[in-house]
Amino acid sequence: MTRRPALASGALLASLLLVFGMVAEAAGTPELRAGAFDPPRAAPDFALKGSNGSELKLSRYRGKVVALGFGYTHCPGVCPTTLALLADAKKRLAAAGSNFEVVYVTVDPERDTPERLKSFLAAFDPTFIGATGTPQQLAEVRKAYGITLSEKIFVETLPKSDYLLDHSSSVYLVDRTGQLRGMMPFGASAGDMEHDVRVLLSK
Amino acid sequence: MTPSHRLRYVLAILAGIAVVGVPAWAAFAPVAADTREAVYEIPKGTFARRQAGAKFDLIPSEIRLTMGVKDVLVMKNHDDVPHLFGPVLIMPDQSFRLPFRKASTYLFTCPLHSSGLLTIVVEPEPELGWKRLRWRTAAAAQLAAAL
Repeated sequence: MTRRPALASGALLASLLLVFGMVAEAAGTPELRAGAFDPPRAAPDFALKGSNGSELKLSRYRGKVVALGFGYTHCPGVCPTTLALLADAKKRLAAAGSNFEVVYVTVDPERDTPERLKSFLAAFDPTFIGATGTPQQLAEVRKAYGITLSEKIFVETLPKSDYLLDHSSSVYLVDRTGQLRGMMPFGASAGDMEHDVRVLLSK
Repeated sequence: MTPSHRLRYVLAILAGIAVVGVPAWAAFAPVAADTREAVYEIPKGTFARRQAGAKFDLIPSEIRLTMGVKDVLVMKNHDDVPHLFGPVLIMPDQSFRLPFRKASTYLFTCPLHSSGLLTIVVEPEPELGWKRLRWRTAAAAQLAAAL
């Protein structure tokens, strides 16, 4: 006769613990402010020429959170704005910033040599690393990430060598295990980026 | 009070509610929705249909959202191949959830449209009073038109 209440109490306790655990888990996983992929997939790996002169493999950064952007050094507006935001986010991260890497892949290999990429990125943050390669290599990387790129846009008042390119302006977020987790659209704030990097670093 | 007087009395109260109560509710009631997600989906077989020559837009060239009501864009790919859906490459059976935190107009490159752009207009949460009344009236008109 005394077993039933004991069993009922046990079941109730187990249910409460389960619910409590679920609530705690949900509360402990804040959402990204960036666009989030569900389920995430492995970030397509690539091997390109790094702005530091050595080979740059994305998978080399396992253990860190990577912000992966695409752009070019002659970009008049979008790229400098994005890079300034990433530099600001890295400063806000303070000590945690040592586990945050910014990789910027050029869409303009014709003009963006490793040296030019290095000096351009250093103006924002000396730890930012650029990547370039052959047009075919870069096209494959863009395809793997769904990056769009226009043909060269010539401006009448400028020499032909000062062409512009229209390209995807979002920044991809790769977590410590190499999963492509999110995409931060252009226009987000450094605070948003800092928030998401902290979320990804906490896992 | 005779029955006809009573009926008139009830009708007057109902008319009063209709004239004053409904607009007052529309102007001051909190805005809310069952879900804040605006969902767009790529159905299975889309790629095959396109290969067969069908021409259609996967996503409108302009999407309008409202802060606090519908401010999360969700794109789902149910097809068997990856699709560039607006600004993102979405794999089969993958979804992409993009929350907006600020009212603004967002432009994304999007090769699916002739303009090459996907415009997402995120409007501010309708303020109490006249703006909220106007917003609800427009939403009701849209719903009526859809029906």
